[in-house]
Amino acid sequence: MNNKSWIDQRFPLTKVWNEHLAEYYTPRNFNFWYFFGSLAMLLLAMQLITGIFLTMHYKADTVNAFASVEHIMRDVNWGWLIRYMHSTGASAFFIVIYLHMYRGLLYGSYKAPRELVWILGMVLYIALMAEAFMGYVLPWGQMSYWGAQVIISLFGSVPVVGTDLLIWILGDYAVGDPALNRFFSLHVIALPLILVVLVFLHIVALHTVGSNNPDGIEIKENKDEKGIPKDGIPFHPYYTVKDIVAVVVFLMIFSTVLFFAPALNGYFLEAANFVEANPLKTPEHIAPLWYLTPFYTILRAIPPILGSQFPGVVAMFSALLILLALPWIDRSKVKSVRYRSWPYKVALGIFALSFVVLGWLGMQPVISPEWYTSLANLVGMEVKTALYLIMARLFTLLYFGFFVLMPWFTSIGKTKQVPERLTK
Amino acid sequence: MNNIFKSATAIIAIIVSLGSTASSGVSLDAANTDINDKASLQNGAKLFMNYCSGCHSLQFLRYNKFTEDLAIPKNYVVENLMFNGEKTGETITSSMPPDGATRWFGGVPPDLSLVARYKGTDWIYSYLRSFYPDSSRPFGVNNRVFKNVSMPDILWHLKLSSTEKEFNDSVRDIVNFLDYVGEPSKLISPTIGFKVLGFLLVLLILTFLLKKEYWKDVKYGKWRVKS
Amino acid sequence: MSEQEIDLKRRRLLTSATSVVGAVGVGVVAWPFLSTWSPSARAKAAGAPVDVDISKLEIGQLVRVLWRKKPVWIFKRDEQTLANLQVLESELEDPKSSGNSKEQQPIYITETYRSLRPEVAVIVGVCTHLGCSPTYRPEVGAADLGGESWKGGFYCPCHGSKFDLAGRVYEGAPAPTNLKIPPYHFVTETLIRVGVSPEEFEKTPIMKRNRLS
Repeated sequence: MNNKSWIDQRFPLTKVWNEHLAEYYTPRNFNFWYFFGSLAMLLLAMQLITGIFLTMHYKADTVNAFASVEHIMRDVNWGWLIRYMHSTGASAFFIVIYLHMYRGLLYGSYKAPRELVWILGMVLYIALMAEAFMGYVLPWGQMSYWGAQVIISLFGSVPVVGTDLLIWILGDYAVGDPALNRFFSLHVIALPLILVVLVFLHIVALHTVGSNNPDGIEIKENKDEKGIPKDGIPFHPYYTVKDIVAVVVFLMIFSTVLFFAPALNGYFLEAANFVEANPLKTPEHIAPLWYLTPFYTILRAIPPILGSQFPGVVAMFSALLILLALPWIDRSKVKSVRYRSWPYKVALGIFALSFVVLGWLGMQPVISPEWYTSLANLVGMEVKTALYLIMARLFTLLYFGFFVLMPWFTSIGKTKQVPERLTK
Repeated sequence: MNNIFKSATAIIAIIVSLGSTASSGVSLDAANTDINDKASLQNGAKLFMNYCSGCHSLQFLRYNKFTEDLAIPKNYVVENLMFNGEKTGETITSSMPPDGATRWFGGVPPDLSLVARYKGTDWIYSYLRSFYPDSSRPFGVNNRVFKNVSMPDILWHLKLSSTEKEFNDSVRDIVNFLDYVGEPSKLISPTIGFKVLGFLLVLLILTFLLKKEYWKDVKYGKWRVKS
Repeated sequence: MSEQEIDLKRRRLLTSATSVVGAVGVGVVAWPFLSTWSPSARAKAAGAPVDVDISKLEIGQLVRVLWRKKPVWIFKRDEQTLANLQVLESELEDPKSSGNSKEQQPIYITETYRSLRPEVAVIVGVCTHLGCSPTYRPEVGAADLGGESWKGGFYCPCHGSKFDLAGRVYEGAPAPTNLKIPPYHFVTETLIRVGVSPEEFEKTPIMKRNRLS
């Protein structure tokens, strides 16, 4: 007697539905911080779809690129909306991802047995930054060109192989058509494919070990007679229905920006990028978009050593890669910040603050604000190093300090008693 | 949790409002343009075509686009605003020959389609009103906002034949028009936005009720297993 | 905690209501994306009507203009040519354009000479076989086209299709239908606007919307 449907005999549809939705048991106490994973998936889908439609009208060559974007904004029916969805979506994606990652820090979601989920997530983060960076070059505005010029020339600072590496990446002696064309290909097809595959792997890795929760305890350690975690509820329908509410709230915030202030005063779309790329004219102030600025600040904080900018480059990439070490440098037995020691809470707060300040600094030119210079002159002091540079160096130290000192401050201080069963 | 929320929102609001400032340090007058003022936009279009389009193109704007958006009758545009026998579907080009421009002005006058987006309305408003006599310059004028600019004070005649308020209003109209040219979708975007938000509000209520209904299972201690 | 009874009816109602509203939302969002495929302002501008001044057009002279990237021929026909058109009918595939060639001309082109005015022909110069542009062969009695029986017309070099001076295809030719007649009208006695039908036929919204005039 064949109880399975036609498709189930040929494809594990019901099996997958049950294993990953209807009978995937998730902790019952997911809070606000747990919305961002599904929101990230929504944004990935949105970027893919808006990107596909933009590619139908965009022209990837230095002569026509800028004009083709204006063609989309003005001539293509509803083109302006698709373009703004894509640009707002990019920034929204990073807001969501940063909050998603911060949840991992708050609740120790990177700790065993979820190290691989964290690692895959970090690779996703790096891929997303590359995708966003290349996407920003495509409109071929002044910031597209000069931002690309600055960041890619960093590869030229690698000792020994730098110059050749730079020319190989550019396919030319400077940023131009070869670079634009290959970035177009990477941005439109290569990286999206990689992102989709990585998301799939990320979710598989998560489902293998089960989700963490705000209390940081393992619900699988407490099962009932049927083998179902006592504190678990099926993802579907409970979290599908709850995530949909979050999606609607998100869409309301997203739509507010989209329809009323898509450039967000220069944060989501920089003013300088409304001027076509001009290799002969450097803009006054080159900065990447806000989501890349923390690492940009760290790059700028390190002075050239022995004439090479390479140490700055190393520092920048280290700041990114050191996040991979988290599962192993965190010595605490306790996962969730709710039960961690005071030293840890302070350290986490300082880290979060540092990240925000570093981000803000990356959007400023490396100067001292007027009030600072006036104050210094008043007390007869000469301003040798710009204030913003001093701040950049200080907060870079604090940023790295979080990781370097973590084995220490996660081993000291009194942690609270972790409960047996989930709390709200 | 709520406190973090509130402080985060406050910080973000402050940062966003700081946004981008005039980097050159020149103080600018507020343009105070109103993109919803159709009469101002129409007047600005007329003034632009008459005073500016001789040298400055609007290469991304089509005649039929702004005539439709600004509700200007098509035959008026063809008779009074188009000087080179173009078709209404074409984009607004200037008839200034580039080599002539270089000879007379030292460079080609830039296209102004996006000037409002990268310079801002305050800058353009201040710039057009900041010419002052300077015999050392080729055209006898210099500009407080744009030092040693190659452009002559094209609006001087308008300035002489109007009161200060009338002149400021005319300049404001031109700036308003350029603001529209920079982003024509601005005219319809907010209206659509309100409709979208209204719809999402309805959807929010429904999805929230749906969530609350299903989560009764969890709230009352036991989610139900389908038997 | 009390055990609640599941109100299945309420759940079904809420789920349906939310699904319906959600589906409407999805439809509304899909619309702009689908619209991006419609002709952009640039395409419409490029496809705009073409004005042709025929005040200086002579008999035997062919004017070719490009409308929506296709060649459109405009030429004059004299009395003899129009008389010849009648004679040819037996050699043509669809002389009254009422068979296969029913859709090849706008509804207001009803005469067998296939134009608004008998003395002015306006024809799309694209062979209905595989799209080559036939050559203009007005000379009566051309030896390579059948000598005496050739009364002037068009010959497509690609596969040998022949058309008369009203764009009607000869029997036995590879081309299946008569040449297309574009929408057009006379703005003045000597100004033809290709791409816009006469006023009373310019009613349908889609025609109006997809064109600039």
